[in-house]
Amino acid sequence: MAQLTMVEAINAALSDAMQTDEQVVVFGQDVARQGGVFRVTEGLQERFGDNRCFDMPLAESAIIGSAIGMAIRGFRPVPEIQFDGFTFPAFEQIASHLAKYRNRSRGLLAMPITVRVPSFGGIGSPEHHSESTETLWVHTAGLKVVVPSSAADAYSLLLDSIECDDPVIFLEPKRRYWAREEVVRGTRREPIGRAVVRRTGTTVSVVTYGGLVAVALEAARIAEEQHGWHLEVIDLRSLVPLDFDTVATSIIKTGRCVVFHEGPRTLGMGAEIAARAQEELFWNMEAPVLRATGFDTPYPPGRLEHLWLPGVDRLLDTVKQSLSYDRI
Amino acid sequence: MDTLIENNLQFLQFIDENGVATRALERDKSLSNVLPGMYATMVAARQVDEEMINLQRQGQLALYPSARGQEGAQVGCASALRETDWLFPQYREIGVFLHRGIDVRGIGLAWRGTWHGGDGFLERAVAPMSIPIGTQALHAVGAAMASKWLADEGVTVAFIGDGATSEGDVHEAMNLAAVKKSPCIFFVQNNQWAISTPLADQTAAPSLASKGVGYGMSAVRVDGNDVVACHVAVSEAAARARSGQGPTLIEAVTYRLGAHTTADDPSRYRDDAEVTSWEARDPIARVKKFLETSGHWHDDLEVAALATAAELRHRLREAVVDAPDPSPLEFFDHVFTQPTAELESQRQLLAAELELEG
Ligand SMILES: Cc1ncc(C[n+]2csc(CCOP(=O)(O)OP(=O)(O)O)c2C)c(N)n1
Repeated sequence: MAQLTMVEAINAALSDAMQTDEQVVVFGQDVARQGGVFRVTEGLQERFGDNRCFDMPLAESAIIGSAIGMAIRGFRPVPEIQFDGFTFPAFEQIASHLAKYRNRSRGLLAMPITVRVPSFGGIGSPEHHSESTETLWVHTAGLKVVVPSSAADAYSLLLDSIECDDPVIFLEPKRRYWAREEVVRGTRREPIGRAVVRRTGTTVSVVTYGGLVAVALEAARIAEEQHGWHLEVIDLRSLVPLDFDTVATSIIKTGRCVVFHEGPRTLGMGAEIAARAQEELFWNMEAPVLRATGFDTPYPPGRLEHLWLPGVDRLLDTVKQSLSYDRI
Repeated sequence: MDTLIENNLQFLQFIDENGVATRALERDKSLSNVLPGMYATMVAARQVDEEMINLQRQGQLALYPSARGQEGAQVGCASALRETDWLFPQYREIGVFLHRGIDVRGIGLAWRGTWHGGDGFLERAVAPMSIPIGTQALHAVGAAMASKWLADEGVTVAFIGDGATSEGDVHEAMNLAAVKKSPCIFFVQNNQWAISTPLADQTAAPSLASKGVGYGMSAVRVDGNDVVACHVAVSEAAARARSGQGPTLIEAVTYRLGAHTTADDPSRYRDDAEVTSWEARDPIARVKKFLETSGHWHDDLEVAALATAAELRHRLREAVVDAPDPSPLEFFDHVFTQPTAELESQRQLLAAELELEG
């Protein structure tokens, strides 16, 4: 049993998937010779050869478009887009083809493609390297959207994604890349489509995913120490499919919910959870669903990102606001 | 057909790596007058580059992409243009920026992470630095089309790398420019590497210049480490563009002597021997040698060049070290002409969070 970083865990998952299934191919910019700008794909070309792991010319549309052709001919591509902000040149291929091929072919063609994207902010990157793209994919029917929060979860969810016959957009929170966790190779955790309660509590349900799970857990610890609030922290893990049952069970218990995500507020996952909650749990709510999120602005320059990103303070302010709703 | 099949890997060169003239420079007498100035700007570019790297190491900058080795291409190109000609850079163009007189402060603060894109660029007819690879090439074509309508005799230059030539946007830009006969120059700095990807993995074309044929565009391959060749090629392309003869693709064959950025470790993907062989073709050293052997050198030149460079380094350091951050409330100021009501309320939220005056 090994303590692995998320980078090492994802590398292990890729390696295990390539070992198990010869149709799995890994490619992208700088993934082979260099082993990826974050070293996620390190050693894969040496181990599996350059038919299985290879570098691509600098063209994202080509990376996704050609993956679609490979899938049509029976391969199981795992392309990498180097950074969140560079998925945009591939948007056409993702939105018009990757997401729709199954439907267009009346179910005849599967798209077993996992698009890995180092994503989100928090590490002081230059412009276009810290984007929250998840809502774009969630809103594009036909894509599964997976966002791991830790090394062991990344290992297991990536293997599930690669095995899945539907296209998966796999968003890796860069700021958790170097956090270690025990990873047992060959074992799986909860499947795609299952949220997990990371900390149980009774005061307010905090719904989050990806890099903010660790922040929410830290906030929950502080909240308990300083205010005696018992926050329940839910890690969604996959946004499509969304495990609303787990969220609902928690809201029924606490009566209060705060959604915590770093992307802009408008039409983010918070909006969807709030809509579902008022549709399905109206009589169970003690307070409206509130959101602690990034702002509706372009992602800020690196020196200011800590003020833009929602952190412990913004979350606890929002929790406090939720608690201010008293049933008369 | 001949041009397509022929693997013509020759390039235009005036001064070789030993500082020897390989073509008659007298062709353009004024060149020996401007060469000392170009030399000084190249020296400045290299020194500012070094200072940026120091500042990054000291934690003052978040990141910096060194242009070491590409000064000849950059200064040769910029010096062949008018001050009013619009430039659309990628991000590695320190030699171009300095030639245009952009304040080092605005460049340094962008790499510090104070604000995006760079400050003081637009005033000099230079678009902010563009990180999404190749995208700015299309902006250059649009600006060139506008130049034609405005009849301002302007030439627009798109700066792209060898890697960028693989992007769809760059193909679209070249095609469009040729179709519209736009006064546009595609200045490709082929520095041999796109992060860890060598040119051979980027294209199967015999050269990047050869791509011009397919677009129906004039194309030329130049020694990118020869500032004179770059200057002459761009001058000619600009003259053609100004006289309505359309765009030109220029491939400047050069080398990225440093890492891709300060976050990169090139020893993982390339041999030191390759770097050493290109160090011998340094663009700055050969100009000095040429000026010496052709009787245009005097020590004052070096003294003046180093003094200017030292001033720029000093100015950069002063501007960047512990530079204050802008107010975070500025997040909301530039999204639209007027902030929306929703943005106003988000501004209030952040102000309250930070106990600032909203
Ligand atoms: C659309 C896009 N994809 C990927 C990247 C990541 N990236 C940054 S620089 C670079 C290589 C660029 O190579 P080249 O165009 O040759 O310019 P150079 O950096 O060598 O000057 C890559 C892949 C990016 N910035 N934009």
